[in-house]
Amino acid sequence: MLLVSPQLRGVAAVFSLSLLMAPAVADMPDIALNGNVDAGKEVAMTRAKGNCIACHLIPGGDSPGAIGPALIAMQTRYSSKADLAKQIWDPTVKNPDVVMPPFGKHGILSNQEFVDVVEYVWSL
Amino acid sequence: MNKTLTTITALGIGCLVAAPLIASTPAEDQAAWQAYFQERFPQVPKDDFVNGVYCIDPVGRENWEAIEEFPPYETALSEGEEMWNTPFANGKSYADCFPDGPGIESKYPHWDKERGMVVTLPLAINECREANGEKPLKYKKGPIANLLAYMAYESRGQVVNVEIPADDPRALAAYEAGKQFYFARRGQLNFSCASCHVANSGTTLRTEILSPALGHTTHFPVYRSKWGEMGTLHRRFSGCNSQVRAKPFEAQSEEFRNLEYFLTYMNNGLELNGPGARK
Repeated sequence: MLLVSPQLRGVAAVFSLSLLMAPAVADMPDIALNGNVDAGKEVAMTRAKGNCIACHLIPGGDSPGAIGPALIAMQTRYSSKADLAKQIWDPTVKNPDVVMPPFGKHGILSNQEFVDVVEYVWSL
Repeated sequence: MNKTLTTITALGIGCLVAAPLIASTPAEDQAAWQAYFQERFPQVPKDDFVNGVYCIDPVGRENWEAIEEFPPYETALSEGEEMWNTPFANGKSYADCFPDGPGIESKYPHWDKERGMVVTLPLAINECREANGEKPLKYKKGPIANLLAYMAYESRGQVVNVEIPADDPRALAAYEAGKQFYFARRGQLNFSCASCHVANSGTTLRTEILSPALGHTTHFPVYRSKWGEMGTLHRRFSGCNSQVRAKPFEAQSEEFRNLEYFLTYMNNGLELNGPGARK
């Protein structure tokens, strides 16, 4: 990295700063987090929807994957439901290297499915 | 954000972004790549990575070995051999295009300096056909997979030895493009190839064990139980694109040929063992 010229670095910096600002447009909208736990469980367990079970152990879920952490004691791990919701909306904000898809930001879930799954995961 | 902080942040990110400009050489990438998988799976002998997920999945391996007793690609082998031996309408045959015979897979993919592009075996097959007045074959499945299966079988035991000639910067650029493809996130699900097959290889997606990327190209074409038929490497690439909900590139597109160039180069030193049978 020391070999990179100052000009290149400057160009790269401007370029990357513009990239950094881009995600702001995909911030989680102001939606009421009042979903339905049972509907959220369906979203979490269904392959074409949230498919949380593909990567996370979930109490009561069959054949979980082992890529992400177990979804247990969620209310001790997130300061609020909104904080958890932000993580599910776009986990790359906290950790750019995370594998988990940005379920809200990329429109993988509808807003209703999103608030439902947040409600369910918050209940675990 | 105050000015100093902005500058520091900008410089820091500048360094990160600029890093690829002085990136490692292909040889360094290859050494790091192969060492990564050998460290990640110390129980796997290096030459066993050509067996894909079965090198780390003992239960799957038992089933697979049972399947290999009566290989599902056998029909493809005999049909491919017949294609090889059947003259074109003009009386010539594949042997006129490939004078070294069918066992030539280790010569592909290669950099063609005159054309300034990566040439794969399926591409060379279709160019042979067209030069002899025959229609090109579809690239993902069907007859081309049969012919490739026969040629792969005749190439078994050869060692992967992809070269990136130092005297043509475009070859390095093609390699870098393939590497960039492999590590770039894409699709609605935002996965890169590496998300699953490097960083999370060996872990489980539901009950499926994610196969290590090392060895991924050696056994194609493949009879995949999920397909119920043979398919080419680019068919598999295309399926991966779809699975992450990205629009797949065309088989034999420049993107996929460069990806094949990178991914096969990463396997240099491993034995060719196609055609294969996979879940």
